[in-house]
Amino acid sequence: MATDLTADAGRTTVLIGPSGCGKSTVLRLMLGLIKPDDGQVLFDGVPYNRENTQALRRRMGYVIQDGGLFPHLTARNNVLLPAKYFGWKAERIRARLAELRGLTRFPADALDRYPVELSGGQRQRVAIMRALMLDADALFLDEPLGALDPMVRAELQKDLREIFRGLGKTVVLVTHDLAEAAFFADVIVLMSNGRVVQASYAGLGELARAPAEPFVTQFLDAQRTVLALEQRSP
Amino acid sequence: MIGPPQKMAWLALAIILAPGPSHATEIVVGSKKFTESVVLGEIVAQLLRSAGLEADHRRELGGTQILWNALLRGDIDIYPEYTGTLIREVLADETIRDKDELRNLLARRGISMTDPIGFNNIYALGMKKDVAARLAIHSISDLTRHADLVLGFSNEFMDRSDGWWGLRRVYNLAHRNVRGLDHDLAYRGIQSGDIHVTDLYSTDAEIQYYDLLLLQDDRRYFPDYQAVLLYRSQLAQTAPGAVPVLARLESAIDEPVMIAMNAGAKLGRLPESRVAADFVERHFGLRAAAVDETATRRLLRHTFEHLILVGVSLAAAILVAVPLGVLAHRRPWAGQVILAAVGIAQTIPSLALLVFMIPLLGIGGAPAVAALFLYSLLPILRNTHAGLRDIPSPIRESAEAIGLSPTAKLRLVELPLASSGILAGIKTAAVINVGTATLGAIIGAGGYGQPILTGIRLDDVGLILQGAVPAAVLAILVQGLFELLERFVVPRGLRLRPAA
Repeated sequence: MATDLTADAGRTTVLIGPSGCGKSTVLRLMLGLIKPDDGQVLFDGVPYNRENTQALRRRMGYVIQDGGLFPHLTARNNVLLPAKYFGWKAERIRARLAELRGLTRFPADALDRYPVELSGGQRQRVAIMRALMLDADALFLDEPLGALDPMVRAELQKDLREIFRGLGKTVVLVTHDLAEAAFFADVIVLMSNGRVVQASYAGLGELARAPAEPFVTQFLDAQRTVLALEQRSP
Repeated sequence: MIGPPQKMAWLALAIILAPGPSHATEIVVGSKKFTESVVLGEIVAQLLRSAGLEADHRRELGGTQILWNALLRGDIDIYPEYTGTLIREVLADETIRDKDELRNLLARRGISMTDPIGFNNIYALGMKKDVAARLAIHSISDLTRHADLVLGFSNEFMDRSDGWWGLRRVYNLAHRNVRGLDHDLAYRGIQSGDIHVTDLYSTDAEIQYYDLLLLQDDRRYFPDYQAVLLYRSQLAQTAPGAVPVLARLESAIDEPVMIAMNAGAKLGRLPESRVAADFVERHFGLRAAAVDETATRRLLRHTFEHLILVGVSLAAAILVAVPLGVLAHRRPWAGQVILAAVGIAQTIPSLALLVFMIPLLGIGGAPAVAALFLYSLLPILRNTHAGLRDIPSPIRESAEAIGLSPTAKLRLVELPLASSGILAGIKTAAVINVGTATLGAIIGAGGYGQPILTGIRLDDVGLILQGAVPAAVLAILVQGLFELLERFVVPRGLRLRPAA
C-alpha cells in the first residue's frame, strides 16, 4: 500500500502508531539506511542514490533508543567522531562541543566517561550532541526517550523541545506514546500496518473530533487517560 | 579445497620462507629417525668437515619416503640408505636383478650410490627368548602355529611393500592382533609383554639388552639390507671434494662395530655426535670436531627454532585470517565458502598435513610453518567473523547514519568493537600453534619437538621432558602475553562492567 509522507522543514513531525506499524521503517527509509522496494525518498528535494547518500547524511542527525553510542569511545569521542572524521579544525571542534554541552546541559566531568558509566538520560544527551555536532538540518529520532524512567524522561522531553524550537531544525520523531507525541508535535502522523492513517496539523483534538477511520478512535481510546490530561490542560 | 586466497597465501609464504641463495659449498646430510641412521649421518658430516668442507646434518627427518624425496628435490645432498629398501620400497615398481641395474636406475634420477659401508642391517622378527623357548618357536614359519600371538610392528614396516603385507603372504600368517607402533616403543611393548613379536633391525643394540631371539627367515623373505650412502650425482661438480670422502666409508663399518655404536648411543646414552667422533678418531685417526652442545645452548637453539615456527606462522595467519574474516562478514555467500574451506583444512590430522607439505615445500621449517599457518587460520577467522557479526545493528546503523564510509566504519567502529573477539581467536591459535609445532621436528623443522623425538627414540624420559616442559611453559607464557596485550588492544570502554 502506498505511503506518501512529507516532513515539513523547520517543524517537528511525530510518527505514532502501535508497535509494528512501520514507523521505524519509515524513519530508516528517510535516512537512507534501507531502500524502498518501490517509490522514492527525497531529502530537500533530492532523491537518494548510491552516490549522494553518504554526503546527504552529513545534513542529518540520528538518535535511537538508548543512544546507539559506540561503547569503545568516551562520551567526548562519541560526540566528536563525526567532526573528526570530516576533518574539522581543533578550535572549531572545541567551540562546538562547549556550545552543545550548554544546549544539552551535559556535565563537563562526565565527558570522559564511557557509555556504560553514564546514566540512561546522560547517554541520550550524548547521542543528541553527536547528532547535532555537524549542525545537521534534520534530526531523526527513534523512540529517543523510550528506555528512560518517567522523571528523567519528563526532564529530557522539556530540554529536547527547547532545543528543537530554539534551533529551528526539521525534526522527525518516532514514539508510541501519545502524550509524548502531543508534547513535541507540530504535525502528528498516525500510522497502522505500514501506511499513514491520518496526519493532523492541529494536535490530538483533531484526531479525536474528526477521525479518518475507526482505527483512529480505537488508538486514542487505548490511551484515553492521556487524552483526559490533554483536555484538562489550558 | 584450497581457494585462490589461500593459494596466494601459499605463494607469499613460499617466498618468505624459501631459503636464500644457499652457501655454494654447504653440503646437507640427512638421516632417518632411528639411531643408526643418525650415527651414520653424523659420521658423514664430521668426515666432510674434517676434509675442510662445510656440512650440515639434518637429523631424524622421518622415514624413507621423506628422505628419498628430499634427496630428489635437493633439500639434502646425502643420506644413508639400505639396498633392500631401495629395491623393495623406493624402486619397487622396477625389476632389479643386480647392483649395476640399481645404479643405473638411480643414475637416471640423478642419484649416485657408494659401495656398501660394510654391514648388513636386515629386517628380522624377534621375540623374548624365554617366550620363544616356551612355545618352541625358532623360525618365522613356527609363528603359523601360534595365531594368537600379538604382533607389534613399526609403522614403516606395516606400510612398506617389503614389510608386513609381503611377509604375511609368503608365510601364510593368519594373526589378527597386529598393531602398528613406533619402532622404539616396540621394545618396551616386548619387555612388558603387551606384544610378543616385533620387527627389528639386525644391528639394533636392544637385541642383546632385552635378550631377544631373532627368528630364522626360513623362506628367505627379507632381502639384503646393505648400508650404502646415496648422494646427488651433481655433488661431484658442486663439491668435488665430497665424493672421495664418502668413498672412504666403503667397507669401513662392519656389523659388530655398528652394533657397538648403536649400543653406545642408545643404551650408553652418548650423543650421536660423540659416538661418531669416537669412531672417526679410532678408524681414521682424525680429531673430528664433535660439536658437543651444552644443554643451555641446545635449549636456546630449540627455543629460537620454536619461536620462529610459531611467530612466522601466526603472523602470516593473522595477516590472512583477519581480512578474510572481514570479507566473510561483508559477503555472506563468500563467507560460507571461506569458513567451510578453512574448516576442512582444520580437520586434516596435523601429522598428515605436515607430510602433505613436503612435495610442495620440501623439508625443514617452510612446510612446518605452512602447516601451522593453515591450523592457525580457523580460530582467528571464525572469531573475527563472529566478532563483527555480533555488533548490534543499532550501533552499525548509527555509524552509517553519521556518514562514515564503509572503510571508516570498519576502522573506527567495527574492528575496535570486535577486537576482544579477534584477540581471543589469535590467543587460541597461538596456544594450539605452540603445541602443534612440536610435531614439526618430524620433518626437520627443529624446535622443542627435536628433544621429544630423540627422547622417544632413545627411550629417554629426561630428554622428552627437555622438549615437553619448555613447550608447556611457552604455551603458558603466550597465553599470559595475550592477556596482557588485551589491556592495550581492547578499548577500555569494552572492558568496563556496566555500573550496577
